[in-house]
Amino acid sequence: MKYTAVYVLWLLVLFLVPLSIVVLFSFLEPRVHGGVLWSFSLRSYSYLPQYLRLIWRSAWIAGVSTILTLVLALPVAFYISKSGHKNFLLLLVVVPFWTNSLIRIYAWRVILGNNGVINQFLNRFGLEPVQFLYNPFAVILVIVYTYLPFAILPLFSSMEKVDESILEAALDLGANKREVFVKVLLPNVKAGLLSAFVFVFIPALGSYAIPDLVGGLNSKMIGNEIARQLLIVKNWPVASAMSNLLIVVSLVGILLIMRREKMK
Amino acid sequence: MGGEISILNVNKFFGDFQVLKNVSLEIRKGEFFSILGPSGCGKTTLLRVIAGFEDVQEGDVLLDGESILHLPANKRPVNIIFQSYALFPHLTVFENIAFPLRLKKFTESEIKERVGNLLNLIRMEEHAFKYPSQLSGGQKQRVAIARALANEPRVLLLDEPLSALDAKLRQELLIELDNLHDKVGITFVYVTHDQTEAISVSDRVALMNDGKIIQIGTPYEIYESPVNVFAATFIGETNLMKVDVLEVEEEYYVVEAPGVGVFRCYKDKEAKAGNRLILTLRPEKIRISKQKPMIFENVFHGIIEEEIYMGYQTKYFVRLDEGYIMKVYKQHVRYLLDEPILHWKDEVYVSWDPNDSFIVEVLTS
Ligand SMILES: Nc1ncnc2c1ncn2[C@@H]1O[C@H](COP(=O)(O)OP(=O)(O)OP(=O)(O)O)[C@@H](O)[C@H]1O
Ligand SMILES: [Mg+2]
Repeated sequence: MKYTAVYVLWLLVLFLVPLSIVVLFSFLEPRVHGGVLWSFSLRSYSYLPQYLRLIWRSAWIAGVSTILTLVLALPVAFYISKSGHKNFLLLLVVVPFWTNSLIRIYAWRVILGNNGVINQFLNRFGLEPVQFLYNPFAVILVIVYTYLPFAILPLFSSMEKVDESILEAALDLGANKREVFVKVLLPNVKAGLLSAFVFVFIPALGSYAIPDLVGGLNSKMIGNEIARQLLIVKNWPVASAMSNLLIVVSLVGILLIMRREKMK
Repeated sequence: MGGEISILNVNKFFGDFQVLKNVSLEIRKGEFFSILGPSGCGKTTLLRVIAGFEDVQEGDVLLDGESILHLPANKRPVNIIFQSYALFPHLTVFENIAFPLRLKKFTESEIKERVGNLLNLIRMEEHAFKYPSQLSGGQKQRVAIARALANEPRVLLLDEPLSALDAKLRQELLIELDNLHDKVGITFVYVTHDQTEAISVSDRVALMNDGKIIQIGTPYEIYESPVNVFAATFIGETNLMKVDVLEVEEEYYVVEAPGVGVFRCYKDKEAKAGNRLILTLRPEKIRISKQKPMIFENVFHGIIEEEIYMGYQTKYFVRLDEGYIMKVYKQHVRYLLDEPILHWKDEVYVSWDPNDSFIVEVLTS
């Protein structure tokens, strides 16, 4: 019981209060150099339709990145769950977290840049340099790289709980390896897939640093616009309204997935 | 319909550890064949070799005369029932049984019919749409059997399918399994460490220990004429005695056992005077009475040191005058109206027929 109190307190302080502030600000008037004027207005929301393209782009970049991440994470998680060196391999999965994420994003610029490692390599064979950076693909690549561990870990933990003998039973009953994976393993790691989806899709949708550093004008995401409104335009209510929209889009995405799961 | 399995000189190692030591077995078409042995002796490994989950370093496995070692598990016409049943938790009973049929692209109506028949066979029609987590242990076990039979395998491999159930249910399901075997007519290879299970339903039993086959025979042969000390002690309970041969007669040896005395035993193995033998004498073959029986040989006097009432019988531990402690099991049948009930500290006579003891080993002297 006393833990409930602590839990409620944390939830209030760390989640509900900030969220309420954001919601509140979105219904107020902006002050010229940042901050808000205490008068009710829906003006901020009226700007949102002009960002539809941006929202759509953010959603598909996040969606494609999430699917790619899950596809890559599945075999890795499976391999680790069957390996005799689980702890060591899990350690390798989280090793990137020891380095600040901004530094890792910069590292990708060093690899992919016009004068980067790959292009220098191509140059040696007399090939024309390729523009890898500043497009949606670079953004997707780096999102996948950044959030892969967040997909591997929940998938691993649900795969580890799957009884090895049901996989053998499927094989015994005539399934080939692919059928075992699709018809028996996947349905039994649904919970892990769902958490992996949530852990990757939500932060990917709100990406800010990645599109800022490796994306171009055609690959800005909603996070960049929120930051611009807050820091440069200094229109806090619009930044708040966009944040709320982001929350709604993530929730809708997750609810859709969960409903599909239930219907099956 | 059933398949015939030949296991030829199979050796299997896990690293340096040899699990199967030159195992050879002939399992006949349609037979209920049990592999019996203590925990860790390699039974599951042997079954997994047949099913295709383990490779072997030496030897061969034939099904109806053809080697199946090169076939992967999903291509072998044998199916296995795992110790844990391994039902698919995300599928209903119906879909669990239909799983192998869907893989083989049976039509919906064929699937309905075959699964229906199997559900009927295991008497689970009304549970068809439950999930495994909603079933009792016995029901799970039956679903696992139906699912394994759906493919119409030539051989069904069962790895201790009853070990997770309580004693009474185990008895019931064992009889059910036996009936099922009669109905479907395919070969059953049944692995267990429970001697009663193996003995009560099998046509033949292979007794295994430490990766080796110790004895193959009918349950009667395995119980009545164990080939060595391990076989004698693993199955049932027995009195083991080291005895010295004093005299060789036409049908019997006259022997002397330390702690017991001089008596006759049946000459079922060759030995000479002066040899040392190990004898087994089952406790239920020994008579026990307060009065001295009207026979002259194999009668010894002693005191009941302990009695264990078992309901259907009583186990007595009798200390003979010379010191040997003999286990004697007495059924609760009274042949004489005034036959006294025997109790702790009573003085008694034990006696047995010389034909009822067996020589399990002749030790070189
Ligand atoms: N994959 C493996 N790697 C290494 N050793 C193994 C492996 N599988 C089994 N063993 C060893 O092989 C021996 C036989 O195992 P197995 O599972 O066949 O025994 P079992 O007779 O089925 O025992 P139980 O009655 O306890 O099920 C055991 O000592 C076990 O530790
Ligand atoms: Mg076993």
